[in-house]
Amino acid sequence: MAGEKKQGLQLLDFWVSPFGQRCRIALDEKGLSYEYLEQDLANKSELLLRANPVHKKIPVLLHAGRPVCESLIIVQYLDEAFPATPTLLPAGDPYARAQARFWADYVDKKLYDCGTRLWKLKGDGHAQARTEMVEILRTLEGALGEGRFFGGEAFGFVDVALVPFTSWFLTYERFGDLSVEKECPKLAAWAKRCAERPSVAKNLYPPEKVYEFICGMKKRFGIE
Amino acid sequence: MARVGGELKLLGLWASPFVTRAKLALQIKGLSYEYVEEDLGNKSELLLSSNPVHKAVPVLIHNGKPVCESSVIVQYIDDAFAGTGPSLLPADPYQRAVARFWAAYLEDKLVEPWFKMLDGTRTRAEMGEGVKQMLAAVATLEGALAQCSKGRPFFGGDGVGYVDVALGGLLVWVRASEVLLGVKFLDAARTPLLAAWAERFASLDAAKATLPDFGRVIKHAMMRRGAAAAALAQNN
Repeated sequence: MAGEKKQGLQLLDFWVSPFGQRCRIALDEKGLSYEYLEQDLANKSELLLRANPVHKKIPVLLHAGRPVCESLIIVQYLDEAFPATPTLLPAGDPYARAQARFWADYVDKKLYDCGTRLWKLKGDGHAQARTEMVEILRTLEGALGEGRFFGGEAFGFVDVALVPFTSWFLTYERFGDLSVEKECPKLAAWAKRCAERPSVAKNLYPPEKVYEFICGMKKRFGIE
Repeated sequence: MARVGGELKLLGLWASPFVTRAKLALQIKGLSYEYVEEDLGNKSELLLSSNPVHKAVPVLIHNGKPVCESSVIVQYIDDAFAGTGPSLLPADPYQRAVARFWAAYLEDKLVEPWFKMLDGTRTRAEMGEGVKQMLAAVATLEGALAQCSKGRPFFGGDGVGYVDVALGGLLVWVRASEVLLGVKFLDAARTPLLAAWAERFASLDAAKATLPDFGRVIKHAMMRRGAAAAALAQNN
């Protein structure tokens, strides 16, 4: 398509990756067309290894052939390289930007790792992960406050950072024997609100599909 | 030093490399601030209310509003005081992404294994693995410095930039680790650019004014290691 060639954007990604989904959502929010290139992580391509020699991971954004790695760095790059498109980090407010970075960093540090322990571990490790998961979700709900989105009325950086994980809530609920709706009703409402956005609806997989994927991973790792 | 754009307060610990990063950024931008030394065993009300999520330092309080996490603080200082002193992040979006990438790499590949090693509870095998990881990270950073500096003195080019501050904050602790672990991390033979960078960085006025004293850090680390080992012995 003419759009892709003109802007020269390509995304090396893996379908279920919440980190990759952050980039897909950001690109769609900004109305930027790009070429999606699904990667085989069991058999990494030359392109991926050349684009991200340090981590050999997805997502990688290629802009006119130059690679940008790490999902939140990619999202910030899109904001800065395409200033005429809707901004995700709040414009003209350094303090609000700092808050957004803090909470995106919190999601990065806490959520994925805890979720992984929730479906991988048993016994004490599992119990610990469950307690932590509830605390993480409650903390995030606290950060959301009374706003429609994190940071207020506009869908932005922290929403992009967190929303892919809403597809994982069902998985956390089943493996953690918890209910996001019950523990954090405001967060659950925020997730529903985000799901109404075309960029989110288009790019997230149904929660059952994510659950199926994780069950498959457990089998492959021999975890029962 | 200029007192522009309101009141700045930094909550910190003298030995913390993360606090040092914040101090470096403030120093380089020529900003004056009030420094408050915290006691981890007895955290102040101000610290707990300013950083309820992590209850950690550094915390920068600007006109009463707190900013937490060293990478967020350094970017905030650059952003909020854009007109004051040199810029830490470059203007070009792609170069900014590269700088952010290498700062994140430091946390992931250098700081994480090193933190684990210094808690005094690791097995010999774990220590060996940690040292290997750190050496690998330093080797990669040598390449990063070549790529970012393109022959100029710093990651940021002619002047100190975001990655220089991120790594510079760790410098005294890296040197201390060389003594504590008996491993040369910044070896002029293996990583000549980084070794030269370290000398150059440490001799900057901003570094001299902010980096903690090497001898004091060694003593502190040995004390902490001793306390951790003692606690471990008691529990076994």
